Amino acid sequence: MLKRLTLALTVLLAAPVASADTFVFTAIPDEDETRLQQRFQNVADYLEEQLEVDVRFVPVKSYAAAVTAFRNNQVQLAWFGGLSGVQARARVPNSRALAQGVEDAEFMTYFIANQNTGLDAGEGLTDKMRDMTFTFGSKGSTSGRLMPEYYLREAFGQPPEEVFSRVGFSGNHSRTISLVASGAYDLGAVNYTVWENEVEAGNIDTDQVEVVWKTPNYPDYQWTIRGDVDERFGAGFADRVQQALLNMDDPELLESFPRSGFIPASNDDYAIIESVGKELDLID
Amino acid sequence: MWHSATVRLSLGFVALAILCLGVADLSITAHDPWHELGRLLQGLVQPDVSDVDHLWVALLRTLAFAFVGVGLGATAGFLLALIFHSRLVRSLCAFVRAIHELFWALIFLQFFGLHPLTGVLAIALPYAGVFAKVFAEILEETDPLPEQVLPAGSGRLSTLAYTRLHEAWPHLVSYTSYRLECGLRSSAVLGFVGMPTLGFYLESAFAQGHYDTVGALLLLFYAVIASLRLWVRPLLVPVYLVVAPFCLGSGLPIVWSNVSRFFTEDIVPSPLRHGEGVSGLMSWLGDIMTSEALPGIWHTLVLSQIALVLTGLLALMFYPLVSRHFFQGRSWHGRWALSGRRQAGAGRPGNRLTHLLGHGLLVVMRSTPEYLLAFILLQLWGPSMLPAVVALAIHNGGIIAHLVGRRSNEVRLRPDAPHGLVRYAYELTPRLYGPFLALLFYRWEIIMRETAILGILGITTLGFYVDSAIQEIRFDRAMVLILITALLNIGVDVLARHLRARLRLRHTANCEP
Repeated sequence: MLKRLTLALTVLLAAPVASADTFVFTAIPDEDETRLQQRFQNVADYLEEQLEVDVRFVPVKSYAAAVTAFRNNQVQLAWFGGLSGVQARARVPNSRALAQGVEDAEFMTYFIANQNTGLDAGEGLTDKMRDMTFTFGSKGSTSGRLMPEYYLREAFGQPPEEVFSRVGFSGNHSRTISLVASGAYDLGAVNYTVWENEVEAGNIDTDQVEVVWKTPNYPDYQWTIRGDVDERFGAGFADRVQQALLNMDDPELLESFPRSGFIPASNDDYAIIESVGKELDLID
Repeated sequence: MWHSATVRLSLGFVALAILCLGVADLSITAHDPWHELGRLLQGLVQPDVSDVDHLWVALLRTLAFAFVGVGLGATAGFLLALIFHSRLVRSLCAFVRAIHELFWALIFLQFFGLHPLTGVLAIALPYAGVFAKVFAEILEETDPLPEQVLPAGSGRLSTLAYTRLHEAWPHLVSYTSYRLECGLRSSAVLGFVGMPTLGFYLESAFAQGHYDTVGALLLLFYAVIASLRLWVRPLLVPVYLVVAPFCLGSGLPIVWSNVSRFFTEDIVPSPLRHGEGVSGLMSWLGDIMTSEALPGIWHTLVLSQIALVLTGLLALMFYPLVSRHFFQGRSWHGRWALSGRRQAGAGRPGNRLTHLLGHGLLVVMRSTPEYLLAFILLQLWGPSMLPAVVALAIHNGGIIAHLVGRRSNEVRLRPDAPHGLVRYAYELTPRLYGPFLALLFYRWEIIMRETAILGILGITTLGFYVDSAIQEIRFDRAMVLILITALLNIGVDVLARHLRARLRLRHTANCEP
């Protein structure tokens, strides 16, 4: 028995791993999770061709897990949200934002309401909302948590738990929509691209649920790379990755994000996210 | 009847739960659940596996993590059981088992990352704590006489092997095989935090509303659990144990510097890291206590008290489903005999079907992750404690009903014992009530740990705050809250042990959750 266990442990510890010069990346699980592997496998193939190194995509289950993998150098590149990107770059010296989607420079959150609430489309954040039930998306999401909470506090002068009778965290944007559509929650905050996508796909009964307010624009998703990749993959590697991302023009690939294209981004673009995160005590 | 301590205690628990109902928010608010629920039901009856690319790999990984985790846990637990009289060992075991395997996984994820070791240790560690305790109790209950009559000078190992171990062996095996089923559940659920098991795909499909895939994955998992006895054979287990470590997959390489960083930086309270000294630490701790820990403890206690009593009710209602005294051969035989017809066989086919249905219902109840149940009920009733209570009660009630039902099969009734409701109320339930309560007390702390999953319902249990701290990547906070959770669990465990001792609820190998 002992022999067997020693063997087992040896195998465990020495498990064959991605070879040292494989370039690994991940993405936050914000939507369309079952297709993440597929979408990012295509990105991996594209990058492999452009960069001439082995590229591997690894899916994770939470925003925090994406940040942790990046911080632990188990992945070197990641498709982060605004907040997770800030959290990650604060923990990895010299890491930098490389590129964002064209849409990400002017991102929005939609506040949606079940029609039984009696709220009208485009009504805004009003006192009628008090004592209704409300759901965010994931706890670490920029468009599903950080920015909507910021605007709620600004409008009501109180934390959401005091404005609403109950505040939940659905886990992701698609689930927020289905919970508000069924009336399980009266109100919800959702990533606008996910909403538009689902409406287009005919998955939303717009008689049941409608958009009552759109937030002002803020910066969101971006590709972030570790500061030490040049040492490991050769001088100028980070710049080559950036160029490859910006050059991505295959409509099918872009459609899967969905983004119309990628533009350069820098750490400073996300200063506003960082200050809001600090204000809400979500980052130290 | 009122003089019986057992009756008074049971009624006390029910009364306490009723008081808790008064302070718990159990409102029903959903308006139109049928659109989403209809899709869900449709998915369950029309399962579709084509959507999961690596279904069979996920199944293999689920089995592999369970076998390696439970195997290591049982071995370590057995060794610890031999020195369980040491206070240090006992406390250590109480501590590791007081932390849910999901939390262990989240901790290991921080420094081992997505490496198989994370999943294996997340199962092996808390299981070792449970195994040590139960194995020690089983060994203690063996007859001391054989050991005393051995000649002086017999080796310690052979003494153990030929006396206590020999006698306890069937119980040890039976308990370990039961824990394997738990291990499979744990293994599947670890997929929720990123291990490559069935839960990984289940969570994804569920989050996206791909209910036909959810249905397929659930049915596959039910089948694995229901058929456990068919493929886990004494001769095959060593084979599985040897093969399993090779089937864990490779994951990502471990970077060892992350391990030291976790212990020297991540979990050091932030005021200490920023040099704010003891006063900073105190105000930091005070803030966590008042804003998170205390409300968390309150909600956790209220929720688990109600869920515990409902779990007990469901278990008592459903255990006859798998009891041979109700749905198998003899009782039907008897009924036919009573009605003056002696063809015993006539009742068999139907009653075999009933037995299968009962068995199947309990498999579904105990194998459906509470998280999924809670989500389904959230659609029905809206956010409140109600979906949480019912989800916890269904899952845990299914487990206890299964164990009590199995236990009832060891009871021998007189040939002329009454039937039906009378048999249930006057023959079996009184005899099984002791073991039933013992099981329920064991399950108490487990129910408390499971309240962690309910952030989706907006219920702020301790687990909700632990999860928030981890999502905010603040492990110093998470560790404080996990420690508080562990202490609360240990407290409940001590109380339960005290109550068991007072009521002299003996248990045997099959009783432990």
